[in-house]
Amino acid sequence: MYLYNLTLQKPTGIVCAINGSFSGGKSQEIAVARGKVLDLLRPDDNGRIQTILSVEIFGAIRSLAQFRLTGSQKDYIVVGSDSGRIVILEYNKEKNVFDKIHQETFGKSGCRRIVPGQYLAIDPKGRAAMIGACEKQKLVYVLNRDTAARLTISSPLEAHKSHTLVYSIAGVDCGFDNPIFAAIELDYSEADQDSTGQAASEAQKHLTFYELDLGLNHVSRKWSEQVDNGANMLVTVPGGGDGPSGVLVCAENFVIYKNQGHPDVRAVIPRRADLPAERGCLIVSAATHKQKSMFFFLLQTEYGDIFKVTLEHDNERVTELKIKYFDTIPVTASMCVLKTGFLFAASEFGNHGLYQFQALGDEADVESSSATLMETEEGFQPVFFQPRGLKNLVRIDQVESLMPIMDMKVINLFDNEETPQIFTLCGRGPRSSLRILRPGLAISEMAVSQLPGIPSAVWTVKKNVTDEFDAYIVVSFANATLVLSIGETVEEVSDSGFLDTTPSLAVSLLGEDSLMQVHPNGIRHIREDGRINEWRTPGKKTIVKVGYNRLQVVIALSGGELIYFEVDVSGQLMEVEKHEMSGDVACLDIAPVPEGRQRSRFLAVGSYDNTIRILSLDPDDCLQILAVQSVSSSPESLLFLEVQASVGGEDGADHPASLFLNAGLQTGVLFRTVVDMVTGQLSDNRSRFLGLRAPKLFSAIVRGRRAMLCLSSRPWLGYIHQGHFLLTPLSYETLEYTASFSSDQCAEGVVAVAGDALRVFTIERLGETFNETMIPLRYTPRKFVLQPKRKLLVIIESDQGAFNAEEREAARKEFFEAAGVGNNENGNVDKMENGGDDEDKDDPLSDEQYGYPKAESEKWVSCIRVLDPREARTTCLLELQDNEAAFSVCTVNFHDKEYGTLLAVGTAKSLQFLPKRSFTAGYIHIYRFLEDGKSLELLHKTEVDGIPLALCSFQGRLLAGIGSVLKLYDLGKRKLLRKCENKLFPNTIISINTYRDRIYVGDIQESFHYCKYRRDENQLYIFADDSYPRWLTASNHIDFDTMAGADKFGNIYFVRLPQDVSDEIEEDPTGGKIKWEQGKLNGAPNKVEEIVQFHVGDVVTSLQKASLIPGGGECIIYGTVMGSVGAFLPFTSRDDVDFFSHLEMHMRQEHPPLCGRDHMAYRSAYFPVKDVIDGDLCEQFPTLPADLQRKIADELDRTPGEIMKKLEEIRNKII
Amino acid sequence: MQASDRFNINSQLEHLQAKYVGTGHADLNRFEWAVNIQRDSYASYIGHCPILAYFAVAENESIGRERYNFMQKMLLPCGLPPEREDD
Repeated sequence: MYLYNLTLQKPTGIVCAINGSFSGGKSQEIAVARGKVLDLLRPDDNGRIQTILSVEIFGAIRSLAQFRLTGSQKDYIVVGSDSGRIVILEYNKEKNVFDKIHQETFGKSGCRRIVPGQYLAIDPKGRAAMIGACEKQKLVYVLNRDTAARLTISSPLEAHKSHTLVYSIAGVDCGFDNPIFAAIELDYSEADQDSTGQAASEAQKHLTFYELDLGLNHVSRKWSEQVDNGANMLVTVPGGGDGPSGVLVCAENFVIYKNQGHPDVRAVIPRRADLPAERGCLIVSAATHKQKSMFFFLLQTEYGDIFKVTLEHDNERVTELKIKYFDTIPVTASMCVLKTGFLFAASEFGNHGLYQFQALGDEADVESSSATLMETEEGFQPVFFQPRGLKNLVRIDQVESLMPIMDMKVINLFDNEETPQIFTLCGRGPRSSLRILRPGLAISEMAVSQLPGIPSAVWTVKKNVTDEFDAYIVVSFANATLVLSIGETVEEVSDSGFLDTTPSLAVSLLGEDSLMQVHPNGIRHIREDGRINEWRTPGKKTIVKVGYNRLQVVIALSGGELIYFEVDVSGQLMEVEKHEMSGDVACLDIAPVPEGRQRSRFLAVGSYDNTIRILSLDPDDCLQILAVQSVSSSPESLLFLEVQASVGGEDGADHPASLFLNAGLQTGVLFRTVVDMVTGQLSDNRSRFLGLRAPKLFSAIVRGRRAMLCLSSRPWLGYIHQGHFLLTPLSYETLEYTASFSSDQCAEGVVAVAGDALRVFTIERLGETFNETMIPLRYTPRKFVLQPKRKLLVIIESDQGAFNAEEREAARKEFFEAAGVGNNENGNVDKMENGGDDEDKDDPLSDEQYGYPKAESEKWVSCIRVLDPREARTTCLLELQDNEAAFSVCTVNFHDKEYGTLLAVGTAKSLQFLPKRSFTAGYIHIYRFLEDGKSLELLHKTEVDGIPLALCSFQGRLLAGIGSVLKLYDLGKRKLLRKCENKLFPNTIISINTYRDRIYVGDIQESFHYCKYRRDENQLYIFADDSYPRWLTASNHIDFDTMAGADKFGNIYFVRLPQDVSDEIEEDPTGGKIKWEQGKLNGAPNKVEEIVQFHVGDVVTSLQKASLIPGGGECIIYGTVMGSVGAFLPFTSRDDVDFFSHLEMHMRQEHPPLCGRDHMAYRSAYFPVKDVIDGDLCEQFPTLPADLQRKIADELDRTPGEIMKKLEEIRNKII
Repeated sequence: MQASDRFNINSQLEHLQAKYVGTGHADLNRFEWAVNIQRDSYASYIGHCPILAYFAVAENESIGRERYNFMQKMLLPCGLPPEREDD
């Protein structure tokens, strides 16, 4: 089996983010690392985040930093990754790529303890960079420029210290003196030797300054001083005239200002009033804002509260450090303050936010200061505060993030949709959600209005070629035409000159400023001054089809006669030529007039004899046939799509101008072919099935370029995105006819008719594969099951260390009462300060924003939810009591048919992971479905002696993995009855799949075990297992002998029982001997073989075999912690395997990954890659320069076009 | 094998041990071995963001806190060292 790996949704979580001006000048961009993907984002003028560039780097990005050489206008990106190399990237605006400026190797690849890459620090003046590891190694690179102003990098200077852990590094701003780097270090050498523990308890973190002597080209330890043992992060303080220099040391509960030769200035971080006393308060992300006159820091704690930190200083002397409560937003991985007044918050889980500053926190608020720091016998006196609504920030946009995907299922639960949806459980705690992903683009509907009949067609038309916006919407009915004028409002007009007593076939702008209406009996030409010329059809013939552009019109009369008109110099429409076709014409199209030309050269005519002809419109050979193409069924609609030449830039890769002819065929297939711009010959055919109706094709404008709308049983959009031609479905209902629409309110819209309504909408988030619908959940979702008959989902959610709903409600009430009392006592002034209007809002303290208050770690909250996804409604929600938490769920049909389908839920009570896993009890709950499955009733609860982490229905009984024991239960009146068990599993059972009489058990640490159940002897026995230790995170049953699994380290693998062993076991001629056969070393007698192995580079949490397109082949879909969705497609032909493996090989050679990790080594990070071809690498082919594309294509004996066609085809098989 | 060779190999080993933390030697005891494994594991968890996020979800802590906890655990990953029997 050979598989093709393709990422469908790139990771949506963010590891780290930096901001700067990467394209140069005044623009502000954000570079974000999403694990294995590097993205460049930019907020547009409307404050929406746009992705400018997204590159898969085939490695793990661990740190990012930006720097700027003095006097330069542009920032460079430094990447610390797992490649053992430091990479400096420059964003190339013209080609829209990252150019690798430097790549310096310093160590082995992989995320190792002593290989740098974890930390990056930059000298604020851009003269040097330090890259560090968790332990020992730190390297300093000197950055400079040569005579040609190119960036140069030196060989590395070592700043190593053995037996030393590093918590954070930062550059110290010391103007143009020698660059200094600060590091928080901890020496463990003595603690390792001292068995009394004294050395360990005395181990002390130090803040060390390393000075790079630019003259001597040498790094020395300049200064080292003890620092608070809770220190975890350093923040650079501006210096060199802008501030006092030095660093802020963020420690648990404190922020300390430190500098060489300066006494510590310390202030406590204010605590939430409801925080348990034993919990510390840690800063997890920081951002600095610096203007000419002032600077401040925003520090965010692990609970999401942002504090504004300011320093009172007198030149180099810091007199006071103030920490003031600013606002609370969801916990971030990184924050970026943009110069344009925005805060980009890259959430660690869930959607990212773009906030705008409304104030800088200058108003009075809870504040702690170094001046008022009180030290008592119990330590420093804490300062308390209560989080409140946003006061200084306002959210203006959010970027969707699926991180973490906890579980996923692909199924079609909606009756009116053709393709399956992907149901994902995402997020954590109060920001959890069920997201329904649909392949396709999201649209936003702007208007829907009813029309007086069933319209058949719609057009938009401008009054003048120079107009920016459309003037009329013209709607045609079976026997009338309606003209709507577009202004402030859209209203019917009768003075437009259009004939309204007849249906229309086409309406358009003609020449510079006149309008044309084609109706069955003629052509009406409305001049700008109101004169009307009418051309009538000869005899009893009627016009059946029209093809037109601004200067040319071709009509087809019934019987198959073509008449060609052109607009002459005086603006008159003149008949030029006639041509008799052999039969009726099915469709017509003329390409738009090319820039600077008088006419377009090509006319395409589709006939009912299953052919498409290209006719010339040149005066020399007018209406002569240039090319004929036969197609599989008669064409319904034709469209020329011209792709303008591009040299890259933000919207595309480098490609020459080309002309495509698209045809929608009766069978629902879209046929696409390239038209030679000189000869009109057709080549390079592609077809794709779009839906059950013959696609009707229309041109539209997307991002200022021509695009194509195809209306089949659902609408599709064909457009160019970052160099790829993408044909993507729109998540919208079936449409009849559409036209592009441009007005004051909506620059690039689409107007369409469907049923008796006129709809105006815009297409959003171009380039995305999925659009999502979100349904919020209460706690971290763990798993879900489906009731296929009733199309309901049952979701289990649990959270550790949180209060249950009643306790939370009580605490909230208490808080509001307290706040209310405070207001009464202090009168109106206080009310204003507390943000009086905020409290009037419905939910001033939404948990989504502030998180759940923290409780002790043995406290759990959990619920079981029945959800109807069609109405997005929870029909039943059971909150578990007494610290019970649900971990597994399944539906089960017991032999005893009394209750029908039941729900089994495995729970644990007071579970704790640290210091050692412990719990007070484990239970299996059995619920009965009531009211058509919409609600649940507890039947009984069975205590078990372990945590049931896996449940599965099996032959009318319930299989449960309880700790390391596999048990088989039957339903009893009061509790479950144990029928059979097997205790021979190594650690903890976390997954059970069954097929016929085989049971496939997944162990948390030891991969799969294949078991069999003998009904006659009532015995469970293991007959095969895996020889590798695999820390299983997800599993899926593929076929009788094959299982797919994913492990904690980011690998996906398939194991298969060899055919002969499988046969032997099934036949078992020895009468049960196999059962008693013992393996060696406590293992099973047979071993499964690994047949597929691939490193995804992300923890895969769910696997499923499914098909995303109706009638398409099945693939394995996976969801990951970083919020990405990918697929493995099995190859069906050996030729394809050969082709793609060669393409992959050439891509590896010619286009090594951006951040310096070897592609093959990355995909084989833990085990050698086996039989998987990486489509993500192959799909980078279109982004290569044209000469490189040709080179690779030559090696493969193909043309670049053929390779792209292959890539497109295989992608279309998946989605 | 000649004496000079042995010296050579030993010096190479010493060089490796100095350069690559965690390189084993003949007298490595169980505790030292375990400490190295644990430190390598924690460093790997910190380096691989998805794994860190996976732990953070399991323990319901923020990723930043989880990273800090793992760094802190690198000090004494296996508890106190056993008492030395020799010398």
